[in-house]
Amino acid sequence: MTAAYRFQVNGEPVELPVPGMRRLLDALREDLGLTGTKEGCGEGECGACSVLVNGEVVDSCLVPVCQLEGADVRTVEGLGDPEHLSPLQQAFLETGGAQCGICTPGMLMAAGAYLDAGGAAVDADIREAIAGNLCRCTGYTKIIEAIALATERRPVQRP
Amino acid sequence: MTIEAPVVAHPPGAATVPSIGRARGAPLRREGPAKLTGLAKYTDDLVFPGAWYGATIRSTEPHARLLGVELDPGFDWSRVVVLTAKDIPGVNVVSSIQEDQPALVIDEIRHHAEPVALIAAPDRGTLREARRRIALNTTPLPPVFDPLEATQVFATYEIGSGDVDAALAAADVVIEGEYRVGHQEQLYIENNAMIAVPRGDGGITIHGSMQCPYYVHTALKRALDLDDSQAVVIQEETGGGFGGKEEYPSMIAIHAALLAQRVGRPVRMIYDRHEDIAATTKRHPAIVRHRMGVSRDGRLLAQDIEVVMDGGAYCTLSPVVLSRGILHAAGPYRCENVRVRGRAMATNTPPNGAFRGFGAPQTQFAAEMQVNRAAEALDASPADLRRRWSYREGDVTPTGQVLRESVAAEEVLERAVEASEFERVRAVTRRAREARPRDARSASGIGMALVWHGAGFTGSGEVHLASVAGVELGSDGRIRVLVASTEIGQGTRTIFPQLAAEELGVPFDDVEMAPVDTSIVPNSGPTVASRTAMVVGGLVVGACRRLKAQVEERTGRPFAESYGDDARTNGATRVDQRFEPFPGVNFDDKTYRGDAYPCFGWAAAVVELDVDLDTAEVTVRSVVSADDVGKAIHPIMAEGQVEGGTLQAVGYATIEEIKLENGRYLNDRLATYMIPTSLDAPRITAILVEKPFSGVPHGAKGVGELPMDVVAPAVVAAIHDATGVWIHELPASPERILAAMKP
Repeated sequence: MTAAYRFQVNGEPVELPVPGMRRLLDALREDLGLTGTKEGCGEGECGACSVLVNGEVVDSCLVPVCQLEGADVRTVEGLGDPEHLSPLQQAFLETGGAQCGICTPGMLMAAGAYLDAGGAAVDADIREAIAGNLCRCTGYTKIIEAIALATERRPVQRP
Repeated sequence: MTIEAPVVAHPPGAATVPSIGRARGAPLRREGPAKLTGLAKYTDDLVFPGAWYGATIRSTEPHARLLGVELDPGFDWSRVVVLTAKDIPGVNVVSSIQEDQPALVIDEIRHHAEPVALIAAPDRGTLREARRRIALNTTPLPPVFDPLEATQVFATYEIGSGDVDAALAAADVVIEGEYRVGHQEQLYIENNAMIAVPRGDGGITIHGSMQCPYYVHTALKRALDLDDSQAVVIQEETGGGFGGKEEYPSMIAIHAALLAQRVGRPVRMIYDRHEDIAATTKRHPAIVRHRMGVSRDGRLLAQDIEVVMDGGAYCTLSPVVLSRGILHAAGPYRCENVRVRGRAMATNTPPNGAFRGFGAPQTQFAAEMQVNRAAEALDASPADLRRRWSYREGDVTPTGQVLRESVAAEEVLERAVEASEFERVRAVTRRAREARPRDARSASGIGMALVWHGAGFTGSGEVHLASVAGVELGSDGRIRVLVASTEIGQGTRTIFPQLAAEELGVPFDDVEMAPVDTSIVPNSGPTVASRTAMVVGGLVVGACRRLKAQVEERTGRPFAESYGDDARTNGATRVDQRFEPFPGVNFDDKTYRGDAYPCFGWAAAVVELDVDLDTAEVTVRSVVSADDVGKAIHPIMAEGQVEGGTLQAVGYATIEEIKLENGRYLNDRLATYMIPTSLDAPRITAILVEKPFSGVPHGAKGVGELPMDVVAPAVVAAIHDATGVWIHELPASPERILAAMKP
């Protein structure tokens, strides 16, 4: 018997009648057609499949859908579209933070969580925030620049 | 909001919102918005309804006689397709320099993870089960793993000038060393992926991740016995290559195509990370023996160099990797007496192939180690020694090439020395080393290196390639650039419209790129050898000049004002520009004399690092890399190449290592093959130097490989500065450093 799992993806409710051990990565890519989330290693090392589950960055290749009942899942498709990039996406575009682009969706999710948590333009903190996301093109230099730029463009929040 | 130090520094102007569609004076990455929103389609993202899943059955021995492929009679094979060598309709070979590598083993297995059979099934579960029910019947044969003991030679080269033996005998000081570098995995984050779709004409259309669509096209035609139009190759968005998607995609495309033809449906061959690391090409391991003679007053008198590269089980690109290696082995230094001998040997390990730098990082690691050791022996500053020795315009290389123009060794050196404050920091680390107490827990060091990198194909390679790039003014008034040069992250799809728009005097957004599809675009050659911006970029500019002249002649008005009218009146105009040999550049492939490259790029790097004296762990803190690229078409992307190449080289120098056991890669997963994370990455300062090359209209020389050549020897020099020990083998791992530091 296969149960149907109910959770939200980018704010939309989904109901998936799939085996409980199906990887969230496969559910996103194959059942929901959200191919922005990438597979780089399938064992939680590269972070290309990073998504947010209830605000936390997770590797979707390591998360079975049976753990997601009622969860709020966010993917790169929820950030913006080409005509309306989010400030973070825009910062990546301007600084050259995306080269081949395959790590980019996961990198954006990790960086977005850092911004949401109020992270500042501090080099060491940004490096820590994206340490689970491998990039082979950029040396991380322009990714860090992009995230710093996005923190500075963020409206100042007052307590 | 309080910003704590240290904050991330931006280049001037980056912190303000730029004018729409540009940053630092250059257009934004053309496909950037698609990549940033998840809409860009990589091969595995494509959906083909009814597609089957393909897999490769591979050898588990390094050398064996194949007696048969055995199918478990207890399994229902009716829903599975199985193919072996005898099912190949054309020639069972993956086209390359030699025709030695079969697409599927015929009778002799020559390396671990060699493709022996192919299977396809309608679903992954059946495929997985079927894979377990296939066995290979083999008899083991004796393997060879050490290239020094190997007897089969793929290639040998020798270059030289002067009288090396006499000059070495007369030298006051002779520096000798043997240097070893190991395999390195390209580790693009997108694994290899190919989808083959049967065509109505009996042919195959390939959708895949690749650097060289026409290499795949040639290989498909030959193995499947197809004509030009029956084989169609489409490059999809490609998630990195670094040389790793130069050759092996031809193998995978043949496999997918064979299965698709048999099944009569699309077949997906998507590698997982384990298969990608276990089976596909790596950087060639090399052993370099080096003798350098210098006079007491610091003149470079002679260099005698022997290079042995491990080609693995099949030839692939080993001859050209070796060739580039030996041509760079003496470094960017004036020296009358030079002898470089090299050989590439066959071993029973998976074939090695292209990786950013292509033989030059291996030999220049040895060369720069020697220069740094010579500086130590002479008690000279490594910067001063290089100032004295490095090439200037008019100097002659060991192949007899006169460096007529575009020589920037001195300039990159000075820029890197200045930006890093090399001499000041070196004095500090030296004092610290001399005053260091016995129980010190850490040490800091600084080191440098200087390299050259031949731009474009070696020797007469570009002449043989005879690449073609096109530009088209459509009857609908649209302008398109047509090339088979691929976007793999480096910026092809942005810089070509940029060059075309500049030449035609139209906005960037008005120039489109044709899809990289062999049924549409001409063969502009492979996307390798740092040749895309320089060689193909030059062809694009040339084609645009001719298109512009034709239109202006017809309309009597500037192109930008009149091309729309011209298209409406006269219909489409297509101009193809074919490569013409650079004037005055001549190379003799037989004697290896002459102009080995039309010009060279130059790079200097300074590395600062800390060594933990208890664990010998190395933390690379900063790298300043000054790279002469001729002309930076797109400064952000050119810097991106320097920064990315620098970090790959830091990985090569410190942590990246493949362990072998009985010819098998032991650490063939991302959990065990380590590459640098953001926490391992140093602060990288990329300095672009522009010494244009007159042979191309835009002056660009290429940037992809330069940074990869220069960093590793600078890292090892900095480890020496910190600890006083020289590490002769890469990576300079904690184990090797500890062993060297033992009293």
